[in-house]
Amino acid sequence: MTITQTTTQTTQVYRVYIRAGSQAIWDAITKPEWTDRYGYTGRAEYDLRPGGAYRVHAPEEFKAASAAQGFECPDVIIDGEVIEADPSHKLVSTFRMLMDPDTASEGFTRVTHEIKDLGNGVCSLTLTHELDSAPKLAALVSGSFEDDGAGGGHAWILSDLKTLLETGTAFEK
Amino acid sequence: MTDDDRVFKALADPTRRFLLDRLFERDGRTLTELDSELEMSRFGVMKHLRVLEDAGLVVTRKAGREKLHFLNPVPIRLIHDRWIDKYTERQVSALVDLKRKLEEVS
Repeated sequence: MTITQTTTQTTQVYRVYIRAGSQAIWDAITKPEWTDRYGYTGRAEYDLRPGGAYRVHAPEEFKAASAAQGFECPDVIIDGEVIEADPSHKLVSTFRMLMDPDTASEGFTRVTHEIKDLGNGVCSLTLTHELDSAPKLAALVSGSFEDDGAGGGHAWILSDLKTLLETGTAFEK
Repeated sequence: MTDDDRVFKALADPTRRFLLDRLFERDGRTLTELDSELEMSRFGVMKHLRVLEDAGLVVTRKAGREKLHFLNPVPIRLIHDRWIDKYTERQVSALVDLKRKLEEVS
């Protein structure tokens, strides 16, 4: 399926409402034992202070799948730097996708996660991805290549994250 | 009303789908930009955008003095994930693709 985009989107905004506490959502975003349970299941590593490193390690099945197609998947598939970390509220970091040489060469973009407690046990999680001069990554994270097996991007990840936190089970399991 | 009810209600209107289509083409538009594409009062457009915001389909963000509107696909994704799992995904998209190709030819 081809999705025609007439102009390049430079910022994408995603919001999901989750029946979970802000601390649980924060942990699900920042702790590897959570990030390997939903979405692309890569283990995230955040050094949660300004200037701290951010890395996501490739899941084993990624490595196996790319080896089967004859190219090597790097161990670190996303790297970046923490700009701001306010636990349970706000996380800003840079983001570079290293899985594909094309997206790697687009350089660093910027991702902001904001968690707002709305009361009644519900929080909103807003993810803003500033993708200036990164059109290939923009297409990837918007889920444009889902039919080619590249996954559904941020909307898919957040939908899976909500399912995991609310039911204890993600899609894959 | 549940969250799903709000999403379906918001989508059950051609003007609101038109607004989402414009944002899908190019995200992050101002009210003035969206307004200029519709034969409707600014107040009417604002009302439709409010319904879309309440359903979570549009998220706004301030940039300087401007309020920008973004298409938020997550509520639609949640509806998708409720009935289409990752194993039927490919069959569904193959059929959607076939329909599109056949209709392009005719």
